[in-house]
Order: sequence, then structure tokens, then C-alpha cells
Amino acid sequence: MIVAIAIIRTRDLFAVTMLLSIYGLLSASFFVTLDAVDVAFTEAAVGAGISGLLMLVAISITGRKEQRAKRKPFIALLVVSLTALLLFYGISDMPYFGVPDAPIHNHVAPRYIQDSMAEVGIPNVVTSVLATYRAFDTFGEVVVIFTAGIGVLALLSASNNHSQAKNIVSDQNAMDKRHLVIRVVTKILFPFILLFALYVQFHGDFGPGGGFQAGVVFAAAVILYAMLFGMGEATKVFSQSLVQFVAAIGVLLYASVGVATLLLGGDFFDYNYLANDPIAGQHIGILVIESGVGCTVAAVMMMIFFSFNDLQEQQNANNNKEPE
Amino acid sequence: MIIAATLAIFAAMALALTRAVLGPSLYDRILAVNMFGTKTVLLIALLGFLMGRPEFLDIAIVYALINFISVIGVLRYSGSNAFKHDNKADETIEKSASRSDKWTP
Amino acid sequence: MDTLMSFFSGLCLLVGALICVSGAVGVNRFDDFYTRMHAASVTDTLGAAFILIGLMFISDQFIVIAKLMIILLLGLIVGPTTSHVLAKAALKNGLKPNIPEQSRDDISKK
Repeated sequence: MIVAIAIIRTRDLFAVTMLLSIYGLLSASFFVTLDAVDVAFTEAAVGAGISGLLMLVAISITGRKEQRAKRKPFIALLVVSLTALLLFYGISDMPYFGVPDAPIHNHVAPRYIQDSMAEVGIPNVVTSVLATYRAFDTFGEVVVIFTAGIGVLALLSASNNHSQAKNIVSDQNAMDKRHLVIRVVTKILFPFILLFALYVQFHGDFGPGGGFQAGVVFAAAVILYAMLFGMGEATKVFSQSLVQFVAAIGVLLYASVGVATLLLGGDFFDYNYLANDPIAGQHIGILVIESGVGCTVAAVMMMIFFSFNDLQEQQNANNNKEPE
Repeated sequence: MIIAATLAIFAAMALALTRAVLGPSLYDRILAVNMFGTKTVLLIALLGFLMGRPEFLDIAIVYALINFISVIGVLRYSGSNAFKHDNKADETIEKSASRSDKWTP
Repeated sequence: MDTLMSFFSGLCLLVGALICVSGAVGVNRFDDFYTRMHAASVTDTLGAAFILIGLMFISDQFIVIAKLMIILLLGLIVGPTTSHVLAKAALKNGLKPNIPEQSRDDISKK
């Protein structure tokens, strides 16, 4: 609560970003104490790290101080207070946390928890719910992430000029030779971070992890490299067209699993039909869709970061050229 | 003993938070956030042991990496013009909220 | 053997927690950025190392010890690097250290 109030009162947008990432961390700690491991994983990776980073790039383009609001927004305050009161009234009727006869514990959840091992055969119930029982919802999430990436591309690529980008890159590299320590450390750490991303991806069946978290870790490693060595080096391996292609491939993989199950005679996303043995079919299905999710998440994060970074480098070049 | 260590880490996090809220300059706040992050890594490892679920260590590894990448990102973008440290401009959050400021590009 | 392990673990955890708390107090009480950073980075890394070693003594599976060692290595590599980068950026962007008066004459003479 203290952090939230501090966020609202601060004018300095940079401090706001710092406080937002602290807020994300506190949420992750809450999730850990509530014993929700996968959610804490995703919140720590995304909310505390990547969101702060992306907002920082945005701030470096727009400027650091927030403008004072022109008039006091009373009506908005009234609407928000009314909504909060209604929410409190609604919450007061809910059963207490963890009570055994609450409706949420009685209808769907026991069936998932009890039958998951027999029907799906992987220890991590969260992954089995996400990938099998609710595969269609997860498909929607992947499409939303993909759409967000397309939206950012549509808004920000219009002002991109690739021939200018090469000139900018040479300046950037010359400036970075002073940062020797951090460059060496990054070069050492980079393969291990990528290996860890792959570990999280494939270990999602047995422990916390899965496609979303693995994609974020992968993208974080590439973002680190791109920040320190300049966009030129990073785009040699992960060019814009490759990244867009991989993002689309991820969604396509996911959808094609569903279509394949349709063609083989079952319902949409019914993995039992993918192999002779239903349990093996479930495993294959979960493996393929988690790979699709990982590809899309990593590629979209990289797309968003590269777009912001291109814009910022252009602006830096413009600022540096003006005094001449 | 793990419980005592956990409580001590909580206290350290609260202290780091006060420095993040107060710290007059930008770099104090970055330092406080970095410290908060490393304490969180320790906290997650300790809580994992307390609750008997060692899978939390994966989260601790991820968070240590993300903390590092965030601080490097912050410092990378602090080279740009928007972040030049202005010795006159150090102020706490309350002061900056109450003074009327013109937007400096 | 078990009690010896938990005794060592308790000792390491206690020392580590004390170091971390003293570092946090130092960050709050020092009056210059560079001294605060010294407090933060040294105590952070050392305290984390002690706490993780303390946890290693009481874990029973090898995979847990291996993961703790990975966290420890990562912390040892990442901690000093971060403080180096922070100090360099602060100095480059103009934050001046607060040198007290009596030592200022020696520095300006050189």
C-alpha cells in the first residue's frame, strides 16, 4: 500500500518505474507465501523485470517529469470510489480463504486435482490445467500476446529507417568500449541464461515453469546482449524478420496441434488422439504447445524491445546531430 | 533458525525500501532497488526451505538474473539526456510532488 | 552428524542475517551515495553467501545443493559487477563524492 501511494504521488517518472518494479517484487513474494509457485515465477520475471525495463526505454524517449494535471478530475475519483465500495461489498459475501466447502473447491478443482495424474501423467498440476484442461484459454492468451506485439510494431515501425540505423550503430559501439567489465561478464553469462531458459521450458512438467516463463528468460538474455553490444550485433543473429517469423510460428504451432487433433478424429485440443496411448498423446500435445508458447512469448518480447530501442537510438542520433 | 533469518531479511528489505522512498538522488534509488532484489532472492530461497518446497529455487535463480538485467538496463538508459544528474535537483518525493514544475525536455 | 550439520547451518544463517541487516542499516545511515554503495554491495554479497552456505548444510537432496551453488555463483558474479556499473554511471553522470575538508587539500595539491 505504501509503495502504491508513493507511486501515485511521485512526479519523477524514473522513480515511479523503480517503485513499480518493487511493487512487482512484493507481489511475487506474496505469491510465494501463498504457495503459488508458477504464478510467483511469472510475476517475478515479467512484472519486476521486463515491465520495468520496457517502461524505462519508453521514459528515455519521452522525458522524465510528469506534467501536472490541468484540472482536478473529480468525476473520475467519484467513479473509482463507487467501484471500490461495490467491490468491498461483493467481497464481504465471499467465503473465507481456504474454507473447504467454498464453491471454488467443490466443483471443478477437485476433479482436476484428483484426475490429473491419471489422465495426463505429469506431476505439475498447474501445467496440466493450463495446457490440457484449459488449452483453449491458453490459446487465447498466446494470441493476445501476439496481437500486442503486432500492435507495437504497427505503431512504432512506421518511423523506422533502416539505412539510418547502420550509422547509429557504429557510434554506439565506439561508446561501449569503455564498458569492458560488464561486456565480459555478459559474454560469460549469456550461454548459461539461454540454457536455463531451455531448462525452464522443458522442466515445466515437473516443477514450476513452462512456456511463458521460459520465453521471458530467453528474451531477457537477448535484451541484455542487445543493450550492451548495440542493436547491430543483436540484429545480426535475431533480425527483425526472423523475430516476427518466430512469433507467428509459435501461434501457428499451437493452432496446428488443435487442428491435428480435429483431423485425427477428436475434439479441438483433445490430445488423447495424438498417439496410440492417451498418456503419450497428452505428453506430446503439452510439449508442442508449450514450445509454441515459448517461441511466441520470447519473440514478442524481443520485438517490442527492438522497436523501442530503434526509436530511442534514432532520437539519440537526432539529439546528437542538432548542435552541429 | 530459518525463521529468525527470514525475519531478519524482512527487516533488511524494509530498511532498503525506506532508502528507495527517501533517497535524494536517482542513484540512491537504483541502489536501493538492487538491494531489495538481492534480498528477495534470499527470501525466496529461505521461504522455499521453510515450506519444504525446494522448487522455489528456480524462481530464485530467475529473479537473480532479472534483477541484474534490470539494473544494467537502468544504467544503460541513464546515459541518455533525460537522466543527467542535476545536483540542484535532489529532492525527496514529497517536495517534488508539491512544487509546480515546468516540463523540461 | 545431523546435529553438527544443523549447528553449522544455524551459525551460518545467523552470521549471514546479521551481515545483511547491518548492511541495510548502513545504507540508511550513511550520508553519501558512494559510501552507501560500499555498504550495500559488500554486505549483500557476503551475507548472501553465508545464508546460502547455511542452507546448503541442511538440504538433503543433491539437486537442491546444486541449485543453491548455482545461485551462489550467480550472486558472486553479478553482485560486484552491478556495483561497479552503478558507480561508473553515477560518476560519469556527475554525482560528486562528498570529500570532507581535511583530506580535500591533499587531493587538490596532487
